[in-house]
Amino acid sequence: MEIFQSILLTIATAATPLLIAAVGELVVERSGVLNLGVEGMMVIGAVVGFAVSMQTGSPWLGVLAAIIAGALFSLPFAFLTLTLVTNQVATGLALTLAGLGLSGLIGELFVGQAGVRLANIHIPFLTDLPLVGRLVFGQDPIFYMSLILVAAVSWFLFKTRAGLTLRSVGDNHTSAHALGIPVVKVRYLAVMFGGACAGLAGAHLSLVYTPQWVENMTAGRGWIALALVVFASWRPWRVVGGAYLFGAVTIGQLHAQALGLGIPSQLLSSLPYLATIVVLVLISGNRRMTMMNTPASLGRPFVADR
Amino acid sequence: MIMLVKRPQHSALFSALSPFIAFGLTLIAGAIVFALSGQNPLTALYTYFVEPLSEVWSLHELAIKAAPLILIAVGLSVAYQSNNWNIGAEGQFIAGALLGSVPPVMFPEWQSVLTLPVMLILGLIGGALFGAIPALLKVRFNTNEILTSLMLVYAMQLFLDWMVRGPWRNPEGNNFPETRRFNPSAILPEIMPASGRANWGIVFAIIAAVLVWYMMKRTKRGFDIRVQGASPRAARFAGIDAPKMVFFAFMFSGALAGLAGISEVSGAIGQLRPSISPGYGFTAIIVAFLGRLNPLGIVAAGLVLALTYLGGEAAQISLGLSDKLARVFQGMLLFFVLACDTLIHYRIMFSARQAKGN
Repeated sequence: MEIFQSILLTIATAATPLLIAAVGELVVERSGVLNLGVEGMMVIGAVVGFAVSMQTGSPWLGVLAAIIAGALFSLPFAFLTLTLVTNQVATGLALTLAGLGLSGLIGELFVGQAGVRLANIHIPFLTDLPLVGRLVFGQDPIFYMSLILVAAVSWFLFKTRAGLTLRSVGDNHTSAHALGIPVVKVRYLAVMFGGACAGLAGAHLSLVYTPQWVENMTAGRGWIALALVVFASWRPWRVVGGAYLFGAVTIGQLHAQALGLGIPSQLLSSLPYLATIVVLVLISGNRRMTMMNTPASLGRPFVADR
Repeated sequence: MIMLVKRPQHSALFSALSPFIAFGLTLIAGAIVFALSGQNPLTALYTYFVEPLSEVWSLHELAIKAAPLILIAVGLSVAYQSNNWNIGAEGQFIAGALLGSVPPVMFPEWQSVLTLPVMLILGLIGGALFGAIPALLKVRFNTNEILTSLMLVYAMQLFLDWMVRGPWRNPEGNNFPETRRFNPSAILPEIMPASGRANWGIVFAIIAAVLVWYMMKRTKRGFDIRVQGASPRAARFAGIDAPKMVFFAFMFSGALAGLAGISEVSGAIGQLRPSISPGYGFTAIIVAFLGRLNPLGIVAAGLVLALTYLGGEAAQISLGLSDKLARVFQGMLLFFVLACDTLIHYRIMFSARQAKGN
């Protein structure tokens, strides 16, 4: 049973960055903006989080810096797509390319250095409980933040007035504008929130998952997070299911590699990417469900008439 | 506050000027980056953007780097104009390289004048078939082609890695992860061996650009593509077959990426390795936009982006600057290009405060 617990623990660790980045992007898309720069913001979060914790010796400062860096790095995207009304797909791609380049440049100073790990929490007695102790009371702090984040986003979107405003902007920006809602301002805030989440997700990679810096260490997780939003049909709690499913696939293929079943390791490594495609096919094939849940203004440009 | 006012018709002036403004802004931003990293900005910019152009052999290197970028970007411009977001060209590049390498790797004894043409055709087919997958998924299952085409890049990179370490590893290669070196009959010839290494890849790229320019401007197919991109609804009324268009966009751009892949492998490299591209498939996206999705503009844009690769190498050698700077420049350039494109459709007005209400 102890083995079972450790496997569940590693799955949670693999799922957490996907969950955080996807929930952030979910809020962005609910406001009607498609930001394909998740991968770029995430990798910036990873490198800044790592760099700041190395310099200060405090992983917590690293986490904070990664969140701020992610939010700031989303601003060029927000300025271009919201103020200058550029094509969201192309601008998001630009953000990803810029993020991968810039993180490589910053990270060059830290390649090969052993990092600082954000320690797991430990509550005397509770963490030491058999079977579930470590799973419930002994994980890394960002894991708990991820679940609180999902609950908070779900509550915000569906139980608060501000959340209703954000969704109305995403569903019909023309009507929202006519009602006096500051469409562009709402979207700026949503994009920055998404950036902050991607930054936090990146910090989890470089401070918990593998505490070191490797170039392109996000390895497509930002893109998988984008797919998870579609998978979850823009509903926060469904993202949890999707993220843990992917965590399980990732960990499963790692165990299969360790066992040496004679299956090429490259094939196993490509499973999370292929699983993403399969999941997208299964979800998107159901056209009516996708149509019903997709924010109606997603990706469409908005210019206020005067 | 910045406010946009839609122009009654798009500005021809800014349409022509915007790529130049974008490049100028990138240079200014670059100078700031250099100054921040303790370099004399002018020396650094000179090393980066002028020095590689001052010698004949390095012009050849420029052509080698520009060829795949132009080939891929010309194909992508067709896909993007029909509103099909193929961002998996990097994977289609590898697919073409792999299928095109079947003759020299599996049948090295077969050395005839036909070897190279067969390889190039297989490269086109490989890229087109791999590009057909996201198209099929989009048409059949309504999946988002951006995500599927990108996921396939990761899968294809891993597949190439497995091939060169496993089934296709050179039996006489001391366990290095690479295939056997191609025989001379499988090597893409150099154009002017006396002065440098540039091969026929750049010629393919320019021919492709001219053909695509002709197709887009003068044929029914080109017209259909533009209608489909500008207004899917109008395209439906005009009887344009949308699913067929998706397949055409992906397989056409995939085929050109595949040709770029086999040209790179049989030209510049001469064998397959775990990594055969410094991100050409992604940089080509920037090339396509910098060239304003116009094939002739793309030729110029491809040369500019190729220069960032060369400049990156030059600056690393003579100034000790990181070669990662090239990627940063490329990302910045795309930002500026997109920002400047706004000038074409909108007039930008600055006001102290946004007008409240109507």
